[in-house]
Amino acid sequence: MRGRVPRRGVRAADGVRAYGLIVGMWVRSTMAYRLSFAMTAFGNLAATAFDFVAILLMFSHVEALGGWSLPEVAFLYGTTSTAFGLADLVLGSVDRLGRRVRDGTLDVLLVRPVPVLAQVAADRFALRRLGRVVQGLLVLGYALATVEVQWTPGRVAAVPLMVLCGGALFAAVFVAGAAFQFFAQDAAEVQNAFTYGGNTLLQYPPSIFAKDLVRGVTFVVPLAFVNWVPAMYVLGRQSPIGLPAWCALLPPFVAAAALAAAGLAWRAGLRAYRSTGS
Amino acid sequence: MVRLYARVAAGGFRRYATYRVATAAGVFTNTVFGFIMAYAYIALWEQRPQLGGYDLSQAVTFVWLGQTLLMACALMGGGVEDELIERIRTGDIAVDLYRPADLQLWWLACDLGRAAFHLLGRGLVPLLVGALAFDLALPSSWWTWPAFLLSVVLGVVVGFAVRFLVALSAFWLLDGAGVAQMCWLAGLFFSGMLLPLNVFPGVLGEVARALPWSSLLQVPADVLLGERTGWELAGAYAFQAGWAVVLLGAGRLVQAAATRRVVVQGG
Repeated sequence: MRGRVPRRGVRAADGVRAYGLIVGMWVRSTMAYRLSFAMTAFGNLAATAFDFVAILLMFSHVEALGGWSLPEVAFLYGTTSTAFGLADLVLGSVDRLGRRVRDGTLDVLLVRPVPVLAQVAADRFALRRLGRVVQGLLVLGYALATVEVQWTPGRVAAVPLMVLCGGALFAAVFVAGAAFQFFAQDAAEVQNAFTYGGNTLLQYPPSIFAKDLVRGVTFVVPLAFVNWVPAMYVLGRQSPIGLPAWCALLPPFVAAAALAAAGLAWRAGLRAYRSTGS
Repeated sequence: MVRLYARVAAGGFRRYATYRVATAAGVFTNTVFGFIMAYAYIALWEQRPQLGGYDLSQAVTFVWLGQTLLMACALMGGGVEDELIERIRTGDIAVDLYRPADLQLWWLACDLGRAAFHLLGRGLVPLLVGALAFDLALPSSWWTWPAFLLSVVLGVVVGFAVRFLVALSAFWLLDGAGVAQMCWLAGLFFSGMLLPLNVFPGVLGEVARALPWSSLLQVPADVLLGERTGWELAGAYAFQAGWAVVLLGAGRLVQAAATRRVVVQGG
């Protein structure tokens, strides 16, 4: 069986509708084990909360990390965690693609009249991942309440925009990672370095990292546009690698470009797919 | 009998060794995380040298040891417990109970084999990369390495004992995923993976250091970093072995209770 790319046009609306139906099914099935759901949702919240507790413990010993105060670091943490949480909630399941290729169940998805990406993304939809979003929003709320910023309409508007564009950027990474699994089925963990790893990286101020690393996540894998770059504008800080201030306007464009690139990668992967066909 | 379990352990090793691409992918991810956390710790220790009794290079070494032991000690799950939970849920556990081998020892042997592979396959390369990229505080005397290894083995046994108890909860809850997640969370935090336990303040620090999870990373790391020598080293082993005995014993009691009430689901 060959990977088949649906004709453009059908499909976006179809995909979203099918995605909604499959997600609804998984939510109902999750609710069959209510106690387990409650515990895993709480566990998701607590998992990320422990991350933040570790940062709080660091700040119990120092006033500032890399020149950034606790509310400022919390701002970085809250924006990236919420953005990543949203992408993970909607698309986190795509990292199971390699397993589906391996065990042959991807073929089942190919014969259904629904975009494969929508099916893979909705597969085993895990509502418990809301826990991460909630935790990110709590930290973001704390940051906004305590950070010392001259709030202007532009800065206020930038915050939700950061979360949305950041979510789109992480979504692009998820899809690109899944596309990579068409070629290397066992390499699901590589994408964790960019998704979970990227999220961890962005929780800390850019000033503590080597400049080449910061350049890498700005120009190669543009995760810096999730929060480091727009935070320059919101918090009124200088870029450690000397980016001009207008770069803070770029996240929507970078996110759109990243999504387009990830879409192309997905199509290329799907076209290259050949079933073992037993 | 010993031969049987040795072969089970060897099987566990070979089983995980089969997936070479997955191993390489995991090594890559461990290394990326090592770099991220190393920079965070450097920022912290440059402002507070000697924080928690570590100097800067010891702190950075701790980061890379965390990445080395992450999979071996199953600090984020990924040990044999997932499979055991699934077998309990589906009823396949009945087959295991029929085997002329002890359930707990069988899975312990599997887990030791897995841990041995993860230590070599997943742990060694990140530590080497860390040693090349940063100035690590590696032992100056050769005997610290076997001392460290013994501490790691004890840590794996303690970790298994906890995860075995967690897996058995599936006999009552059917879906053990929630408990398993809670457990690896506790392990992540109280092993020192997120921040060394000697940096934890006051009572929280004392409690954290007394809990079994400190056996998984904090104690082996302290052994390697030369913080535990002489009688303190013996004390570290006694602490780990004590928790291993208590938790394995608890596992046996729960296993006895669970197998008495086992009713295989389905046909």
